[in-house]
Amino acid sequence: MEAGSIFSRRRPSPELLLRGAGLSYLGVMVVLPLLAMAWQATAPGPAAFWAAVTEPYAWHALKLTFLTAFVMMAVGAVTGTATAWVLVRYEFPGRGLVNALIDLPFAVPTVVTGVMLVALYGPDSVVGAILADAGWKVIYDQPGIILALLFVTYPFVIRSVQPVLLAMDRAEEEAAATLGAGPCATFFQVVLPSLWPSILTGSALAFSRALGEYGSVVMVAGNQPLLTRTAPIHVFGEIESGNRHGALAVSAVLLAASLLILVALHALQRRGEARDAS
Amino acid sequence: MSVGPFVDVDAGPSRARPAAGPSVAFHHHRGAWPPPRVEAWRPEDGREEKNVAIEVRGLSKKYGSFQAVNDVSFEVESGKLVALLGPSGSGKSTILRTIAGLESADSGSVMLTGEDATDLPVQQRGVGFVFQHYALFRHMTIRDNIGFGLKIRGVPRAEARRRVDELLDLIQLGGYANRYPSQLSGGQRQRVALARALAPRPKVLLLDEPFGALDAKVRDELRTWLRRLHDEVHVTSLFVTHDQREAFEVSDQIVVLAEGRVRQIGPPQTLYEQPADPFVAGFLGAINVLPLRSLKAGSVGGGPEEWLDMPPAEHAEAYVRPHDLDVFAARDGKPYWPARVERITPLGGVVRLDLRIAPEHPLYIEVPRDRSNGVGFATGDEVYVCPRHINIYDRVRGSFDPVDVHRAIGLSLESGAGI
Repeated sequence: MEAGSIFSRRRPSPELLLRGAGLSYLGVMVVLPLLAMAWQATAPGPAAFWAAVTEPYAWHALKLTFLTAFVMMAVGAVTGTATAWVLVRYEFPGRGLVNALIDLPFAVPTVVTGVMLVALYGPDSVVGAILADAGWKVIYDQPGIILALLFVTYPFVIRSVQPVLLAMDRAEEEAAATLGAGPCATFFQVVLPSLWPSILTGSALAFSRALGEYGSVVMVAGNQPLLTRTAPIHVFGEIESGNRHGALAVSAVLLAASLLILVALHALQRRGEARDAS
Repeated sequence: MSVGPFVDVDAGPSRARPAAGPSVAFHHHRGAWPPPRVEAWRPEDGREEKNVAIEVRGLSKKYGSFQAVNDVSFEVESGKLVALLGPSGSGKSTILRTIAGLESADSGSVMLTGEDATDLPVQQRGVGFVFQHYALFRHMTIRDNIGFGLKIRGVPRAEARRRVDELLDLIQLGGYANRYPSQLSGGQRQRVALARALAPRPKVLLLDEPFGALDAKVRDELRTWLRRLHDEVHVTSLFVTHDQREAFEVSDQIVVLAEGRVRQIGPPQTLYEQPADPFVAGFLGAINVLPLRSLKAGSVGGGPEEWLDMPPAEHAEAYVRPHDLDVFAARDGKPYWPARVERITPLGGVVRLDLRIAPEHPLYIEVPRDRSNGVGFATGDEVYVCPRHINIYDRVRGSFDPVDVHRAIGLSLESGAGI
């Protein structure tokens, strides 16, 4: 402690420098690009911004992006929670391996994800043919987008719910059982309320991720305007065709959505901590 | 039952052990809450008619190769507060959880108020369970916690509300109805847990180390409170503890367990005064263990080894409680044990004397303060001790029998022992 105080009294500069460097790095890498985009997107005025966002192609792309992300989130919240439950509560051979495989979708390059899905569900594959016979078009259509998003966001909910389930006091469930609650009532009235924050956190992160997913979606769904062209693909296309402002405006919407989710998550966590700590 | 718990072990030293079952005679009836079903009188048992709320028969449970519970049988009379007392690993929690249906036994049966509950799921057993770490629903208010069992059972809202209010009054937390468990102290949380368990009017109340997570002062208060509460509501209660003082203070009956087996069943004072075996003697309060061989070696002749009506100095030990010994300054011609005072520790109401007896054996005695003043011992003094009550444990025969000291001394004096 003495050494520390002497150090800081005599030579305060290294510490200051380090702090400054850290903050500057954040500024240069994150804040500046963000500001640059926000400024350029809104510089021509709100009317122009609004026009760029509501232009039919852009509007459809945004709608499609949010819709598919929402569907993915709803499905992922249920399957992710169920998977985490199985991993935590059941002993089965190969559980360790399964647990390790959960993170695989994070490691697979998204374009490869797209290729894998096309190989499985594409029109040339057996599964794709069966689906086509049943009248379901998955690849090169909107269901394909949801499939791709589910794949790339697979670990989020699981990894967020799993530790909470592990740390959960089983006695609460036992207490519910002794009070007459069956497994369903216990899950929905006792377990789920404790899991909600973690499910929401995982889902929100997955949602954010889904908003910006490009590689797998473009492989699986193609780039069909007004059908499968999501916002990120639209942004890329606009840049390619020289419409910088159109790209910036749509990007700004995506960015705003992500920021909003982040802020909401923080607020949620604060509230949860406040209740648990008091 | 392979280990017989005994209640009537106050006979002479050479008395054979009765192969009695675990039945315990209960002498007074209290009203049960709710009124239990009257169990049919069973003449084949030869027992008097009584209401048995919990009956455990031949319960066994193994975890891997570890025998957690080994052929345990006992019963709890309606309206009683009974303790399952034992060291950790004695299987007491497993037994309690098996009665609740939270765990299943490998063999044996559980009867609750006369009905076979062995195969009933936990939800249908109608037991209230209180957990060591409260296990309150943390996202629910106190009111919702207490009302949970009523809501699940579909009790009408207004009635449930009345019942919850009633219980909030009972646990003296009326003003806390809308708080969350995290806003309450440990003692308050455990009271809420108790109210939650009582709300649906369970047939029996099971408490798993209910005070174990609390600090000493709160624990004492809550114990007294639980005892008073039980006297008010009379719900048959079985609680698990490893703390013999807690069992003594709270319970009507104690079931002593060790290594998964019942060692003895009886009212606290009976267990203390008439322990069935060395384990019970040592677990329920302090006790001195003195090898008879060493007593003999150090005796000056005419010592206790002569008046003890026992064969076997080689493999027998005397068990004697610190307050069951008298200390004298002079031998006075009596067959007392000579000893030397090593340390005198005043402990408020009593004085602890650490003695060294017959060449090399420590012995500690507690005597009332005023008496020790009267005797006026000092460290290093030679004193003489005489037990008022001892038990002799014979390792070979496995017997643990009390000795009628006065009679024994009388006999040895007649036969010329002493001076």
